[in-house]
Amino acid sequence: MDEGLKSELQKAGIFTTTLNDLYNWGRGNSLWPLQFGLACCAIEMIATSMSRYDLARFGAEVFRPSPRQADLMIVSGTVTKKMAPQVVRLFKQMPSPKYVIAMGACAISGGPFKQGYNVLKGIDRYIPVDVHLPGGPPRPEAVLQSLNYLQEKIRTQDIKSDPAFIEGRRQYPVPEFTGTDLEPPYNPDVWQPPANPNAPAEEEATA
Amino acid sequence: MTAAAPNYELIQQDDLETSLLEVSMGPHHPSTHGVFRMDVKLDGETVVDLKPVFGYLHRNHEKLAESMSYLASMPFTDRLDYFNSMTNNWAYALAAEQLIEIEIPERAEYLRVIMSELTRLVNHVSLVGFFVNDLGALGTPLLYAFREREKILDLFEQASGARMMCNYFRFGGLRCDVPEGWLDRTREVVDRFPKFLDEYEKLLCENEIILSRTQDVGNLSKELAISAGITGPMLRASGVNYDIRKVDNYGIYDRFKFRVPYSKGEVGDCYDRFMVRMLEMRESIEILKQALDGIESGPIMGNAGKVFKPAKAEAYGRVEAPKGELGFYLVADGTTQPYRYRVRPPSFINLTVLQDMCIGQQVADAVIILGSIDIVLGEVDR
Repeated sequence: MDEGLKSELQKAGIFTTTLNDLYNWGRGNSLWPLQFGLACCAIEMIATSMSRYDLARFGAEVFRPSPRQADLMIVSGTVTKKMAPQVVRLFKQMPSPKYVIAMGACAISGGPFKQGYNVLKGIDRYIPVDVHLPGGPPRPEAVLQSLNYLQEKIRTQDIKSDPAFIEGRRQYPVPEFTGTDLEPPYNPDVWQPPANPNAPAEEEATA
Repeated sequence: MTAAAPNYELIQQDDLETSLLEVSMGPHHPSTHGVFRMDVKLDGETVVDLKPVFGYLHRNHEKLAESMSYLASMPFTDRLDYFNSMTNNWAYALAAEQLIEIEIPERAEYLRVIMSELTRLVNHVSLVGFFVNDLGALGTPLLYAFREREKILDLFEQASGARMMCNYFRFGGLRCDVPEGWLDRTREVVDRFPKFLDEYEKLLCENEIILSRTQDVGNLSKELAISAGITGPMLRASGVNYDIRKVDNYGIYDRFKFRVPYSKGEVGDCYDRFMVRMLEMRESIEILKQALDGIESGPIMGNAGKVFKPAKAEAYGRVEAPKGELGFYLVADGTTQPYRYRVRPPSFINLTVLQDMCIGQQVADAVIILGSIDIVLGEVDR
């Protein structure tokens, strides 16, 4: 509908909207995060929901202990190889549509612990991340901003074409911890390793 | 359903057949204080056996520290016990300062004490909030605790630039001096803190629910506490008067007048552990007041030299962290990297008696007992 006509109608007390907008408005403003802390960032996540920063202003203060009741997973902290299968399993248990914020450098890429033998180099290898929130740990204001970014993203979603709605049950296989590494090393549907610019050319490799 | 644990007889009721139930609590559990798992065997509601499983946050702290220079490990120590970055820094600095001869300036020593005691307030106030949260008082006490925590974190941020991961200590002093007016603002926060504590104590200490849920729950005898190597408030709650601030007198703690609260009774239950922490906060305020009166202007960094390259030696530095004895053991081999780097984490060693305290208790009390130990998984798993 024409924006001008829409505002004219609003002045007369008639609100017009589309089902898409109404649905996204409702969803974006009542995100229920999973009460799930991994490491240092979890404390800042809790601080965000506490008195000073008050996450409730953005409708996301209802931390649910059960993944079945949650829409949003905030991966707050270092994901180790032992913990990664449980993170993916929790994500699988959440009902669709579901969103992920990777909070902190460790959840995004392994951060300062990247050199460690037991640290997963980014949770986006297994689950689709909507907002990457850098910091070590990020300030509570940054958590609020990442939530706002996610709400903006939800507002632009289309019920008819968004993969979360039309693909039905997307599969996220739970990796297996073999004691030294994870099998498979990443989920190819979600993440692909970037091309190596320093890789030798093909004829050199065969020769 | 599993077979009965050894040395345990199931209660037989008439013709009903009973068996033990094995429950895995964690690693995702709303009240396990991080990614910690307890495999409990239950007979009805009673805990028969408990096996702690950890390693879900093993971040290779020690291995990483052995592959980098001494100073480069300092920001990593922040992330051990992520409530108390300042005391972690201090323990590591103490260990490294034993490897080289270095004079620490007076002002730096005072600021170290101030930062360390502010950290103790942050830790204890949040711990009590989380502990009462585990009891089921969702919200109010934790909201109060975090309100006070933010005030102290503001001070840390003004001094070091970061709220939680301060990375403020250096070998031989501190990274930078505190900004102008910081001491006055600290004094303001410290002066107001007892008023909050009065309110908090009134709310919690004689609360009927807290008394009945925590008294005579999770008893830890004096003998077991000593032989298991328990330190910190948990040891003092079991009736042992032991505080490394008094024993070692590290830094300039011998200049301050303060008391060490410990339980006179021999019970060592969750309520004792809760009360020791409440009383410790009062003593921290006393130390802070004396330190703020005594501090004078001056340099904050000793002459440490640009490259930290100690000769072959071993060193062990320990402080009374809010959770217990935090120690760093360093073996230097004459290079710029430590040959061996070992952390003695108080949370991990205090956790070893969890099984002894939980057996025979209700399953709901196991959560409270875990909360009263005060663990942080960053430090347990490292």
